Amino acid sequence: MTLLELFERLEASAVGSAIRDSLWLFPVIEAVHLLGLALLGGAVLVVDLRLLGAGLTGRPLAYVAAQLEPWLLGAVAVMVTTGVPLFLSEAVKCYHSDAFRLKMVALALALAFTFGVRNRVAKARPALTPWRARAVGTCSLALWLTVAAAGRWIGFS
Amino acid sequence: MSLLGFCEWLASTEWSTALHESLYAYPLVETTHVLSLLLFVGTLSVVDLRLLGWVLRDVPVSEVTARLLPWTFTGLAISLVTGSLLFFAIPVRTYQSLFFRIKVVMLLVAALNAALFHRVTSRGAPAWDRDPTPPLRARAAGAVSLVAWVTVIAMGRMIAYNWFDCDRQPQPDLVNWAAGCILP
Repeated sequence: MTLLELFERLEASAVGSAIRDSLWLFPVIEAVHLLGLALLGGAVLVVDLRLLGAGLTGRPLAYVAAQLEPWLLGAVAVMVTTGVPLFLSEAVKCYHSDAFRLKMVALALALAFTFGVRNRVAKARPALTPWRARAVGTCSLALWLTVAAAGRWIGFS
Repeated sequence: MSLLGFCEWLASTEWSTALHESLYAYPLVETTHVLSLLLFVGTLSVVDLRLLGWVLRDVPVSEVTARLLPWTFTGLAISLVTGSLLFFAIPVRTYQSLFFRIKVVMLLVAALNAALFHRVTSRGAPAWDRDPTPPLRARAAGAVSLVAWVTVIAMGRMIAYNWFDCDRQPQPDLVNWAAGCILP
């Protein structure tokens, strides 16, 4: 089965069809997806700002990262549980969308970087040197902004 | 001139049409509007969650607001500029959008709530500044803010849908009244 055939099957799935057949489902799920984005923004940015030497500078980086981690996980959970049904409802369109492909690559990188690198080094001892911290914060910001911008652009394609 | 007349005049300007019909400018402004939400509502929701006592409980409320609200206002400025441009590109339809009108009402609720909260806290750090769980009225301020912004975001997204547009009749009288539709 080719990838396109797989996407066609996914689009024909019960969830995908139900969303397409409903006037309200897609917009409502999309709005919740956007709310998840706002929360994700807070959870990602407050830690990235701290890495960049701004925001909650009076608190240790490890503390800020640990405080925001549950909210980050919650936001990612909201984004995925709303994003997957949105994708199922228009999988073939997504297959042909460069914005969708960019978003998926950036998303994989953002998740791997955030949980594999950023959150680990944020809790590391001794603490990161300021320049390394800035580099980590910049990478995280760039990756998540790409995910968000490419996500919006799926709707324009 | 009525507000509707003003919107019709805006729509008749060359710049409004140019932005509305542009291939890249309009999507770019809209994407910036959405991205500004990450900074604006993102940082604000962390402040609200602190008021509710759900995060950063060992950090005084005044420290959280002093360190994060400047970023919230930066995001707000970007949201306002890009949002005004989006309105300017499609003035009449947006003005008569039920969703846009609910969004504006909730923006006013959020602004009023923030002004009231500021009046309480502007006289210096309150007695509960270090409390892990602030008192009920502070928690209420945080909750009202969150609910207001959630509604603003959801309604903002819904403006794209034309279900209640004035040119789609018949609609219930309440919808036509709330959207300010002028029926022939």
